[in-house]
Amino acid sequence: MVNKTNILPAFKPALGFTLLYLGLVVLIPLSTLLFKTLAPDSLLSWQGYINIISNERVQAAFKVSFLAALLAAAIALVLGFVIAWTLVRYTIPAKRFFDAIIDLPFALPTAVAGIVLASLYAPNGLLGKPLTELGFKVAFTPAGIVIALIFIGLPFVVRTIEPVLQELDTSMEEAASSMGASRWQIFQRIIFPNVFPAALTGFAMAFARGVGEYGSVIFIAGNMPYISEIVPLLIITKLEQYDYAGATALALTMLLVSFLLLLAINLVQMLLRRRTSETLAPIVAVTP
Amino acid sequence: MSIILNNISKRFGNFAALNNINLEIPEGELVALLGPSGCGKTTLLRIIAGLERPDSGQVLLKGEDKTHKDIRERGIGFVFQHYALFRHMTVFENIAFGLRVKPRKQRPNETEIKKKVHALLELVQLDWLHDRYPDQLSGGQRQRIALARALAVEPEVLLLDEPFGALDASVRKDLRQWLRHLHENLNVTSIFVTHDQEEAMEVASRVVVFNHGNLEQQGSPSEIYDNPVNEFVSRFIGDTNVITLEKHHTDWLQLSGLVIVPEAANSVHIRPHDLEITKSSSDSAATATLKDWQHLGALIRIELAKQGANGSPETLYAEMPNEQFKRLQLSKGDKVECRIRHAHWFDAA
Repeated sequence: MVNKTNILPAFKPALGFTLLYLGLVVLIPLSTLLFKTLAPDSLLSWQGYINIISNERVQAAFKVSFLAALLAAAIALVLGFVIAWTLVRYTIPAKRFFDAIIDLPFALPTAVAGIVLASLYAPNGLLGKPLTELGFKVAFTPAGIVIALIFIGLPFVVRTIEPVLQELDTSMEEAASSMGASRWQIFQRIIFPNVFPAALTGFAMAFARGVGEYGSVIFIAGNMPYISEIVPLLIITKLEQYDYAGATALALTMLLVSFLLLLAINLVQMLLRRRTSETLAPIVAVTP
Repeated sequence: MSIILNNISKRFGNFAALNNINLEIPEGELVALLGPSGCGKTTLLRIIAGLERPDSGQVLLKGEDKTHKDIRERGIGFVFQHYALFRHMTVFENIAFGLRVKPRKQRPNETEIKKKVHALLELVQLDWLHDRYPDQLSGGQRQRIALARALAVEPEVLLLDEPFGALDASVRKDLRQWLRHLHENLNVTSIFVTHDQEEAMEVASRVVVFNHGNLEQQGSPSEIYDNPVNEFVSRFIGDTNVITLEKHHTDWLQLSGLVIVPEAANSVHIRPHDLEITKSSSDSAATATLKDWQHLGALIRIELAKQGANGSPETLYAEMPNEQFKRLQLSKGDKVECRIRHAHWFDAA
């Protein structure tokens, strides 16, 4: 498998190191979850698992968690694209400042973000008040969850799309317009296909982060069972009631669903890459 | 389509990219915009295309003022320096692009598109590559595909920005010839930008020389080579020996058979092939020493040393055909006599 005359040295130590840390940090904790659940002496029987998962409150929480994360990632995708486009293509004052601000949700403790958002969107808050007067209730509803997750997910989208837009050769767009394409046709046929794989990555990351998000959501969500209760909160609740089996069952399900969704997104990306540029196996032509 | 540029000026901040350019390009010509990098030639090409707006002046295409028209409405084909092929599309789709984005009423149907694209691919002799992606092509192939793609919308003017700039020397040579022939066949008015004077002289029927945003000279390659209007053009086109008219130099020039007339001029340019050398019969008659020579194929470039100011040697270059040089039977260090066949006088600022 590994070429003996590999030109890059230290392949084996590098691989060993990578696998060791991947094992310690990711694989062992995750597989422990799996084995604990599946072990013969486990607290959880198959029937028990089905019972926990088919509970109505649990199912509602799953629905809220995944739908809110998907919707938030989709909105973050559109907003993030526009922001990345603006930052890359236009000269605006204080660009570096805005650029730095994008990363703030990365660094901010999520609880802080949650409290700020909750007070902002609360019925008597700065934004909540006019919204309530208009008939929109944001805080303590699923809409609040979506807003918190957009806030958390946005930097992922911007930071994955931005470098691709920077690399995108503007002469491609100029060439398209010289051939008579309109701005919309250029976006549709040139910009979008080139940015799409990166956008999908950003979407997947925002989504993955959103599904697991806890701190920023619980303050604004109101956590009403069946309406605005997310799965991570339910897990904590079960843990606090010493219901380890229940918590494990939820965690395992979440792990599985997230994994399958990310796998699907990655498959789409792989298909796209194979169809568009085939950079994996370039055939270098010899003749001019 | 004829192109007329009236008083085009363009600044980028404090930098004057173009100063009052007036240029007329008759229909069917193959014109080279030539100049060192940063001289404004690419900016001018982009202004003709409509990719850049001039600060002042007019662009007339076929007698119509198109200064403020978008690139889409100018009927031009543009070939970019780095090809700008759509990397997510096959070669076929790249060329078909211009046909597919036409308004529904003018859009040809799928069989017509197929026919046209394959005809263009045959024109650039790359039909066998139609299902490849740009990443899988060599530089020369990409360039030809870019050209086919620009031709697909049947432009009335073809603009090429440094078309051979990113290619190997040997590929470049082939493509130059090929472009010339293509132009002869299609006869579409074409303008290309280059910083390579050899390329401009070889390919173009007219050459326009730029420097620092100014149009220095335009004309056929031979006009520009034989009658450069100023020092810059003389230095930029072909090789030349530059000699300033100081006392010890004028003596040498007169010894070499040049009659010094103009008083206004303060420098003289001598093309290497206008400097003839013969073996000196006596040391006293010699005006230069043979230092070295290099083979340039059919020509030999001879490096001569002549006595300069306060005794330091100065280098001059002469060129002569291989055979002639062999007959002279010269070796390094030989004393030679020089004769100037032809020279240009300039008043260097």
